Amino acid sequence: MNTLFNNLDVFTTGFRTTIILFLVSGFFALLLGTVIGAMRVSPVPALRAFGTLYVNVVRNTPLTLVLFFFAFGYPKLGLPEIDFTASAIVGLSLYTASYVAEVLRSGVNTVPVGQAEAARAIGLRFIQTLTVVVLPQAFRSVLPPLFSVLIALLKNTTVAAGFSVYEAGAIRAYLAERGEPAIVVLLWVAFFFVVLVLILAQLQRYFEKKWKVAR
Amino acid sequence: MTSVLYDAPGPEARRRHLVFGVISTLVILAVIAFVLWRFIATGQFSAQKWQIFSFPRVQQTLVQATGATLSAFGVAAVGSLVLGLVLAVGRLSERTWLSRPFHWFTELFRAVPVLILMMMLYYGLPPAIGVRWPPYTAVVVALILYNGSVLAEVFRAGVESLPKGQKEAGLAIGLRNSQVMASILLPQAVRAMLPVIISQLVVTLKDTALGFIVTYNEILFQAKFFGSQVQYGTPIVPSAIVAGVLYVGMCLILSGLAKLAERRLRRSQKVSPAPAAEV
Repeated sequence: MNTLFNNLDVFTTGFRTTIILFLVSGFFALLLGTVIGAMRVSPVPALRAFGTLYVNVVRNTPLTLVLFFFAFGYPKLGLPEIDFTASAIVGLSLYTASYVAEVLRSGVNTVPVGQAEAARAIGLRFIQTLTVVVLPQAFRSVLPPLFSVLIALLKNTTVAAGFSVYEAGAIRAYLAERGEPAIVVLLWVAFFFVVLVLILAQLQRYFEKKWKVAR
Repeated sequence: MTSVLYDAPGPEARRRHLVFGVISTLVILAVIAFVLWRFIATGQFSAQKWQIFSFPRVQQTLVQATGATLSAFGVAAVGSLVLGLVLAVGRLSERTWLSRPFHWFTELFRAVPVLILMMMLYYGLPPAIGVRWPPYTAVVVALILYNGSVLAEVFRAGVESLPKGQKEAGLAIGLRNSQVMASILLPQAVRAMLPVIISQLVVTLKDTALGFIVTYNEILFQAKFFGSQVQYGTPIVPSAIVAGVLYVGMCLILSGLAKLAERRLRRSQKVSPAPAAEV
């Protein structure tokens, strides 16, 4: 208990950064993932090919390597400088987007064929079919896997601790300087992660109930 | 299936798609060209930065590092499969006092980030109980605990997706609960879940890269070391490219196996393929 209360400042700063990383990367990952998911089902072959390539390459790259590149490689390219937190957000978003795209694509397949056919029958174009008819329904049926992706993103934010971002995964290193026993610190960190995951699971249950598809 | 989203393109739509295709190809090529241009402009492809990878010693070290990654992956993969089976069987037990602890164990280790587990096993536990072990142990044990718990859920979902009659038939011919599980339910569950199991193993392989953060001497760790050699112009980008090729290559081979398994499953009508894996 003392380890927590004597170092509340480090814990709050760490977890605040974790939550910021989670929310911002989650937002961009959902955005980019939806675009790439739409590319993968689009009628334009070039877009389909690019979407497939992106998902296959990124899903087979370790997140650690992605963050490694943005933390150490990017500054060498002579582009506008960004700090470690921003580069972690870029890496996490790009990585998670491929998972979101896959989840959405499989979600599109769960929407009954008649929905898309009806949309086409009343003359909607591809973009309209997708955004007005199919995706809103797909979003509901993919809520559970989408939340697994978000929970994974939350846990993945800890990887940024290896690349100079002051977040929950880095709390141990900061408190090692204050001479706190590492195991106690890490147990507290793990405890808070369990709490955050439980909150997300609760949120999932709420949305599932709210957006239940009546069929 | 996807073609249900749009009509078969007529001449006008085909022209429009061609225009879109050309424009999007140009945009994508422009992005790639921009990245390549930045790489070339900052000399990432210069001979000086790549020279370090032409030394036999460096290449040997990289092969050794790949071996270290693969050895951690191999042990973790076997260990997590075994742990997953044990946890799944425990959780499916009909005795509540037995299934509940297994349930909590699974849920707990699924919720804690792997990296935090690794740190606990490397920085936290050894001083607390007064032992020392190499980072290898921490990496492997953390991967086993996490992936074992995830795989337990996969196995459980597999068993629960089987028709009820399978278990009832087994019980009816006088098998015990454990025999039903071992010789009827699990073999079918593993078969149905094979694609998911293999994609979870891809995740395990990718997560070995986390060993980099707890100083395990694997590919990324060596890449960082070679990448910070000043006398070769700090070739961090070339090192990242080399590490990337190694990782993506290994994972693509494993993912290819998953696709193969899925295709074979789809051909056989007995079991229905399962949904996608966790991250």
